[in-house]
Amino acid sequence: MTQILTMVAQRLALGLLTLFVVSLIIFLGVELLPGDLTQAILGQAATEETVAAFRRELKLDLPPHERYVAWLGGILQGDLGHSLANKRAITELMGVRLWNTLFLAFISAAVAVPLALGLGILAALYRGTPYDRAVNIVTLSSISFPEFFVAYILILVLAVQLGWFPSISNIGEELGFWERVYRSILPALTLTLVVVAHMMRMTRAAIINLMASPYIEMANLKGLPRVRIIVRHALPNALAPIINVVVINLAYLVVGVVIVEVVFVYPGLGQLLIDAVRTRDIPVVQATGLFFAAAYILLNLTADVLSILTNPRLLHPR
Amino acid sequence: MNSGDSTTDVREPLLKMTGLRIEGQAGERWNEIVRGVDVVLHRGEVLGLIGESGAGKSTIGLAAMGYARPGCRLSGGDIVFDGMELRGAPEDRKRDLRGVRIAYVAQSAAAAFNPAHRLIDQFAEAPVHHGVKSRAEAEADAKDLYRRLQLPYPEQIGYRYPHQVSGGQLQRAMTAMAMSCRPDLIVFDEPTTALDVTTQIEVLAAIKDVVRHLDAAAIYITHDLAVVAQMADRIMVLRYGDLVEEGTADQIINRPREKYTRELLAVRTYRKPDAGPPSEAPLLRIEGVSARYSRSARVLEDVDLEIGRRRTVAVVGESGSGKSTLARVITGLLPPEEGRIFFEGEALPPALPGRNREMLRRLQMIYQMPDTALNPRQRLRDIIGRPLAFYLGLTGRKREDRVRELLEMIELDPDDFIDRYPTELSGGQKQRVCIARALAAQPDLIICDEVTSALDQLVAEEILKLLQRLQDELHLSYMFITHDLATVRAISDEIVVMLQGRIVEQGARNDVLTPPHHEYTNLLLSSVPEMKIGWLDRTLAEREKRRARGEQVMESADR
Repeated sequence: MTQILTMVAQRLALGLLTLFVVSLIIFLGVELLPGDLTQAILGQAATEETVAAFRRELKLDLPPHERYVAWLGGILQGDLGHSLANKRAITELMGVRLWNTLFLAFISAAVAVPLALGLGILAALYRGTPYDRAVNIVTLSSISFPEFFVAYILILVLAVQLGWFPSISNIGEELGFWERVYRSILPALTLTLVVVAHMMRMTRAAIINLMASPYIEMANLKGLPRVRIIVRHALPNALAPIINVVVINLAYLVVGVVIVEVVFVYPGLGQLLIDAVRTRDIPVVQATGLFFAAAYILLNLTADVLSILTNPRLLHPR
Repeated sequence: MNSGDSTTDVREPLLKMTGLRIEGQAGERWNEIVRGVDVVLHRGEVLGLIGESGAGKSTIGLAAMGYARPGCRLSGGDIVFDGMELRGAPEDRKRDLRGVRIAYVAQSAAAAFNPAHRLIDQFAEAPVHHGVKSRAEAEADAKDLYRRLQLPYPEQIGYRYPHQVSGGQLQRAMTAMAMSCRPDLIVFDEPTTALDVTTQIEVLAAIKDVVRHLDAAAIYITHDLAVVAQMADRIMVLRYGDLVEEGTADQIINRPREKYTRELLAVRTYRKPDAGPPSEAPLLRIEGVSARYSRSARVLEDVDLEIGRRRTVAVVGESGSGKSTLARVITGLLPPEEGRIFFEGEALPPALPGRNREMLRRLQMIYQMPDTALNPRQRLRDIIGRPLAFYLGLTGRKREDRVRELLEMIELDPDDFIDRYPTELSGGQKQRVCIARALAAQPDLIICDEVTSALDQLVAEEILKLLQRLQDELHLSYMFITHDLATVRAISDEIVVMLQGRIVEQGARNDVLTPPHHEYTNLLLSSVPEMKIGWLDRTLAEREKRRARGEQVMESADR
């Protein structure tokens, strides 16, 4: 058990280190942006004095390393700084949007993960049959289209022609849970279509890869039906690669939603990021960037730990 | 196990396969790998199938369950089990038989147990799934069988995972699993081939006892005639998918009719002539070497060893005895913790990077698995030519000529073989190429690590003879690592017996092989199956008698 704890602690430390490096990159990246920030915000007509005053207010007169330390220190205390556009605290700005993004990711995952695993297991079970080929063709086609294209096709068919769902996912806190689900269905469906293929293909491949093992032959010779062989004998040993792919896709559901949120005008973090870039609201861009990185690292860390835990050799040492 | 009384023969046979044909897929084509073999098995009878690799014995064993491996198909003949035709029967009907009335014991229990589940869960799976027993009954039965098969801690061992149990124990747990539904027929597919001799004898005894106890019929598949002589009532000798001859065990062992059977019986009779005591100063001397892999316990403890010129020193021991580690220490792959190694009286740098090219050249190695030791993407010209260029700086015409010379030395026709890839060779030919590659460096000492273990017996014997001829011609020294005492008898001048990282006995071949022995040497020697009917029973009875007299009888570490 201590072996596992050490391993988890190691991964955690590594994750923190990565996050630190990412914070440096984000900060330096913004620093390297061409043009003067204050001028860009205040416009060419601003007087020397206003510019200087504004720079002092933003602490842009300080050297970069001092600003970085101050920024990082603030983050560690839970203070992400203030938006340049409307002076509100970024934590407050991100709060609601973060929950909206996580809500969308959650309902997408709730559909996509079981669907992908189920389709993958069935594809392995009926390998080489027309079903297998059909599933492969459909999922691979849906992953091959750009997501905005998938999104617009869904809007065209399900919202405009059939009128089943709203084309704009305008959700707010005042709505009930099911109303929010209803309004989020099209973006969730788009995301599902984008991530299912990858997970399904990996599930299928990981299982088929094991089907030549002697213990699968043994299960066959014990007279077990194919479903039981795949679910009970192949799947537990195929979990590590499957978990990794599932988690990478979950991370994508959180981090990669920018385009989908824009298409459906969904009020999530992606929208916030786009708006902030448009208005040169640098502190918001930095904060969202750092959050995306943190989410990505944390999810991959979870994948690592989970796949370690599926190895009986580590879970039950000699 | 001798159920040859007349009543069994009158009864309808339990299994009858007539004109069995099985095809294997090779690319687009189907090749016949079993060509019309008849197999008849009565209740309570044990049938031995014997042959070298490619004889089709496993394929026939699996066909008895109506099963063909992926890439194979049952293409002709009838398979009738207890009145039911299995070839062409629907999958569902065959599934109802498998695990219940016909069970299978695989060669490598370590690979055939699912690593994700506990032993007892895998035991209970078939009886519970087929509705033979409840889960509680199956668990109780598992513990009974574990006890019968003399597994340690029969009450608890089932709750372990496969990786927590030793190889010999796993093989017995697998035999117990096959018994879980009290099948009429059990197919044993080389169940002891992967085990050490000292473990093998115990597993054989356990299998024999439980088969007799439950009065099951069995098909026992092996490449080792001495083993099958202990287990079977009747033996079928197979070669290239054809029956060579069939008869009672006594008849096959004592009065074989066919030349091929006689060849199989005659293996392990080759003996190197006695060389007498070593004359010169030793080529390699090891003094007080101890070694460990990082943070593990010591795997070598205070080892002293000398290898003379033109001598073959056999290092023998069970898996885990440290014999391969010793090779790694000598070659510099694992620097020793203590002790020193002298080559021609000069101390060798302990680690590989400290040794110069000349030192590397004079000490070569040949490995157990020629498949993995040869780069599959290089032609023999490059495989053998590389050490010629690397150590001796040969290029162009000179190198080409030398490669051809080496191929001739290992008895492969240069014109035919020089442009081949390793995949176009048989197992024995691949091992010959590995030998040529080692010879290319013109070494003084070659370390041979289990070089014949992966080969069929007849092929292995040819390799041993080749190595001996090369020693006589080129004055080489060999350090011969092996777990196989027949190989030791055949080729060694001196024998070193290792146990748990220590040398327990060493000396000239005849001194070590003739009594009195160290008790561990005695255990090793007495565990090697002999080509005699009833050897197993006699040996076990002998050990039992000694125990009864209150003598200490050493047991295998893997109990």
